[in-house]
Amino acid sequence: MYAQMVKTGVDHIQSKEEMSPEERAFQDRVDQDIKIEPKEWMPEAYRKTLIRQISQHAHSEIIGMQPEGNWITRAPTLERKAILLAKVQDEAGHGLYLYCAAETLGVSRDELMEQLNSGKAKYSSIFNYPTITWADIGAIGWLVDGAAIMNQVPLQRCSYGPYSRAMIRICKEESFHQRQGYDAMTKLARGTPEQKAMAQDALNRWWWPSLMMFGPSDAESVHSAQSMRWKIKINSNDELRQKFVDQTVPQAEYLGLTVPDPDLKWNAERGHYDFGEVNWDEFYQVIAGNGPCNRDRLRTRVKAYEEGRWVRDAADAYAAKKAARAKAKAA
Amino acid sequence: MTGQEALFEYLLRLGDNALILGHRLSEWCGHSPALEEDLALSNVALDLIGQTQLWLNLAGEIEGKGRDADKLAYLRDARDFRNLLLVEQPNGDFAATMARQFYFDAWHYLLLRELTGSKDARIAEIAAKGLKEVTYHLERSQEWVLRLGDGTEESHRRMQAAIDDLWMYTGEMFESDEVDQAMMRESVGPDLAALHEPWLGLMRTTAEDATLTLPQPGWAQRGGKRGMHSEHLGYILADLQFLQRAYPNATW
Repeated sequence: MYAQMVKTGVDHIQSKEEMSPEERAFQDRVDQDIKIEPKEWMPEAYRKTLIRQISQHAHSEIIGMQPEGNWITRAPTLERKAILLAKVQDEAGHGLYLYCAAETLGVSRDELMEQLNSGKAKYSSIFNYPTITWADIGAIGWLVDGAAIMNQVPLQRCSYGPYSRAMIRICKEESFHQRQGYDAMTKLARGTPEQKAMAQDALNRWWWPSLMMFGPSDAESVHSAQSMRWKIKINSNDELRQKFVDQTVPQAEYLGLTVPDPDLKWNAERGHYDFGEVNWDEFYQVIAGNGPCNRDRLRTRVKAYEEGRWVRDAADAYAAKKAARAKAKAA
Repeated sequence: MTGQEALFEYLLRLGDNALILGHRLSEWCGHSPALEEDLALSNVALDLIGQTQLWLNLAGEIEGKGRDADKLAYLRDARDFRNLLLVEQPNGDFAATMARQFYFDAWHYLLLRELTGSKDARIAEIAAKGLKEVTYHLERSQEWVLRLGDGTEESHRRMQAAIDDLWMYTGEMFESDEVDQAMMRESVGPDLAALHEPWLGLMRTTAEDATLTLPQPGWAQRGGKRGMHSEHLGYILADLQFLQRAYPNATW
């Protein structure tokens, strides 16, 4: 999940009786699964929440380029290098679709970038962990993209048209990424003892942060309830986390790797795995800026943005000159 | 040097240029001036990595010692690399990257166009595939030279500095040695000297349109084709080859 704990600005869920006629008509459309399109009326809180959610997702794609980009020049074969480069490139593309989707809600990409660079906007906690070995690239594809897919597949059906359509495109690529990650892990798990140890170490380090991606339990959260009512959130955090654990544990077993959770156990009665408690203190610390890489991630992003300013300015100036010349020629 | 040895050397040059420049471009991913450029630079890098695989696999086949593209890319030391000095130069600022790219793309385009007529059908086939990609690379790098040259005062200054700075690495592209001559005799490869005039022509018109001043002919740094590299290559290889060197005989 690339957007965590998105606030809606509401303090309770309105009943239909409390809604204005416009709000009621809007909610009826959502209830009937009719997509909301940019030019239609929408509650201000819906618009603002969506901007927050979509931009958080976009920022996560952009920041997410860094931990994986860290290994592009060191990928172990030409094929792995091409796959990884294509994957990180896809993330830039996802960022672009999502910023475009956010722009339909009346905010510019530059504004959103400024929010990210100033540290005001959030992105997924997961990208504040370092990629120390090559196995981390496999683990990210397998676990992080796997967790992202859990959340994004249902969002293909979300109520906002541009977001839903962006999700459909993104999900196609994400499932390819996840398979590639699992394939890279498989090679390591079946490889030399050193490679297998590398794979196990990566699973040990990425397992819990991956579970944190779904965010803390939101069963009691008014924001989650509101987002679900608006159909911009489809499942609860706990549901998605459980689904992820149920899917991933057998995959780890197939690889011969051990999930680092002593409390992990199949519960035949529930038909699900039971698992241990996530360290939410760590999660809140990472969200607050104290993860191992928060500062580096932001500094790298700001540096690229600032150092690229003269290039963007030049492109604008050139385009303006060209247009002026074309106009002069036509006159 | 036998014909086969010359052909092997020739293919290494083609493959290593693509490998090292692709590597340099991949360093930009996530750090470029705009998302659109992260996408575009990665595209060019991906094309070049693909071309590397084709050239180096063929080189390995010709050599006949069981080396494939990965073995050649990951298990040779700097003195055995045959790329031009130009492509191993650091990325610098965006203007330096684009100047390097434009100089190389224009030459690469002219070379591949000739190689599509190579007597060696395998080379002609790879060249034809590469030419489609490189046609686009050249359009793009030329467009950036125009934008930056004729953009703002700052971009003009940076672009002029970049083309001045890298100019001395362009001469090597047009110099023939015994490998090139052997290929020419067999109608496998073109006369490199004959590419110089069309290349210069494109440089002149582009510089003029971009309000830039093309440097005067001068001393050419040479040696890359024969394995005499700058200090930069060793660091590229340290990155590129790390895993293969640290974990010998592992598969990935």
